[in-house]
Amino acid sequence: MSPSLNATLNSVCFRTIDKPNPASLETYRSLGGYEVLKRIITEQTPAVEIINELKLSNLRGRGGAGFPTGLKWSFMPKNYEGDKYLLCNSDEGEPGTFKDRDILRYNPHQLIEGMAIGGYVMGAKTGYNYIHGEIWAEYEIFERALDEARAAGLLGDNLFGTNFSFNLYAHHGYGAYICGEETALLESVEGKKGQPRFKPPFPASYGLYGKPTTINNTETFASVPYILQHGGQHFLDLGVANSGGTKLFSVSGHVEKPGNFEVNMGLPFPELLALAGGVWKGRKLKAVIPGGSSVPVVPADVMMATNMDYDSITKAGSMLGAGSVIVMDESTDMVKALDRLSYFYFEESCGQCTPCREGTGWLWRVVRRIADGKGRMEDLDLLTDVSTNISGRTICALGDAAATPVLSFIKHFRPEFEYYIQHGRSMITG
Amino acid sequence: MLSAESIAKIDRELAKYPANQRRSAVMSSLAIVQDEHGWLSKESISDVAAYLGIPDIAVLEVASFYNMYELKPTGKYKLTVCTNISCMLRDAHGIVEHLEHRLGIHCGETTADGKFTLKEGECMGACGSAPLLLVNNKDMREFLTNEKVDEMLEGLK
Ligand SMILES: Cc1cc2nc3c(=O)[nH]c(=O)nc-3n(C[C@H](O)[C@H](O)[C@H](O)COP(=O)(O)O)c2cc1C
Repeated sequence: MSPSLNATLNSVCFRTIDKPNPASLETYRSLGGYEVLKRIITEQTPAVEIINELKLSNLRGRGGAGFPTGLKWSFMPKNYEGDKYLLCNSDEGEPGTFKDRDILRYNPHQLIEGMAIGGYVMGAKTGYNYIHGEIWAEYEIFERALDEARAAGLLGDNLFGTNFSFNLYAHHGYGAYICGEETALLESVEGKKGQPRFKPPFPASYGLYGKPTTINNTETFASVPYILQHGGQHFLDLGVANSGGTKLFSVSGHVEKPGNFEVNMGLPFPELLALAGGVWKGRKLKAVIPGGSSVPVVPADVMMATNMDYDSITKAGSMLGAGSVIVMDESTDMVKALDRLSYFYFEESCGQCTPCREGTGWLWRVVRRIADGKGRMEDLDLLTDVSTNISGRTICALGDAAATPVLSFIKHFRPEFEYYIQHGRSMITG
Repeated sequence: MLSAESIAKIDRELAKYPANQRRSAVMSSLAIVQDEHGWLSKESISDVAAYLGIPDIAVLEVASFYNMYELKPTGKYKLTVCTNISCMLRDAHGIVEHLEHRLGIHCGETTADGKFTLKEGECMGACGSAPLLLVNNKDMREFLTNEKVDEMLEGLK
């Protein structure tokens, strides 16, 4: 049974998108915005009730790892005397990912409310939203939304006449993919190079400035007010088993109408592709990277039989990740595509762990050698060997993220690599 | 020396962080100073360090780690074209070639009149409007075609 599209498109994080002035406080309030915040603060709703509602909703982290949000929120120490912090991760720089930008652009207040609710539940008085440096217009929209919320008494000290205070600020990145990794992000907010921290200790015990900290993705926080407004069960029912609710899918690459589509979890991939206008220029689908550049590529036939939810995409041999769907048509040269991705990881490795710093360079140079027509047959084994020697041997997941495209591109499109090696040119583009 | 305007802007940023965490404002301070001068000289790095009360090296470390800071002078307009996968699939390389041809320079170079610097960039988190580029880090131009690039160049005086 496939969900009915019209009834469900853009219903949670994008619910303001078709309204005039979607980013304004007035528009958000016309949809019941900030009422949940006011209710829980003035009624002093016990934090555990809210956490239970989030657990029921089965909201999972939308930043890529899919960790259950209710559970994550329950890890923050409860009787801690000092400061605690909340951080929102709007640093999306994973190739293919551009959903959080549109939340900032079209519905910043829902994110603000979600963070303020998080502040109440976890006892944090201060929050920061870390925004990707390249989307300056959205950074400014968010700053304006913060000003509006402060002026309306929705952020600041003693909210709604109670003793609860929550202050929220915007912090921008300036060109480093690694800062999307949550502990690199902490370092960056502290004013340092974005080099991930070894875990444990986890941020919930030792985070920003050494204080208990929770980090969530933009879409995760922005889903919370909706869930509490309509109930955890309602959100759960929008999705399918193990994947509650809706998801923003960013569709890019070879489609007629690239863009973000917020749909119910479990939507069949062909329907999502149709929403994006189908494969462009009447061409045939070749492959899809369904969750951002760090997840395995999936061949067309498998993808066309897959639904867009955590379990289905895992079964198809990949991951839902951040919901970043990169579509490639039949004209795509997979060796060149991998060359570009491998360069990205080499360029963005923070240099802290040797297997990643050296390994990403090796991967890129060998893929480049093949793409230049100078590859040797042994190179394919060499690439596999280097990839498996990076995986699992680094502080953060960037190393694995670099290895995954290499392994999956060779696995599914090996003949294209062999052709390059044998003929010195592409099997696809000649 | 930091200008009065830069200091006013940096103070706004400093107010976001605990009083004993001035270092947290280093990224925004560097962006503010770069906006004013076009790049970050050794002197600018020292000025920011002195104002935040942290060592020069701590500021230089940040300025050299993040891609959008410039440690050498650039042209009046820095054009950074994203060529990552989603942009590549929509012919970002064609846009780069067109710009190289129009400006008579390669990526990484500056025109002789000091007007344009051309760079390739990494994912800007806007893949739905590929191909795209940034003018001086903050002004994004999306859904590029060669015609739109020509129009843009006309407008950048
Ligand atoms: C290299 C790397 C880049 C990442 N980039 C992002 C990002 O841009 N946005 C994001 O929300 N999470 C990103 N993550 C995941 C975060 O570390 C973290 O899991 C997430 O922000 C937690 O929020 P969530 O539980 O709401 O998903 C990245 C992880 C790695 C290893």
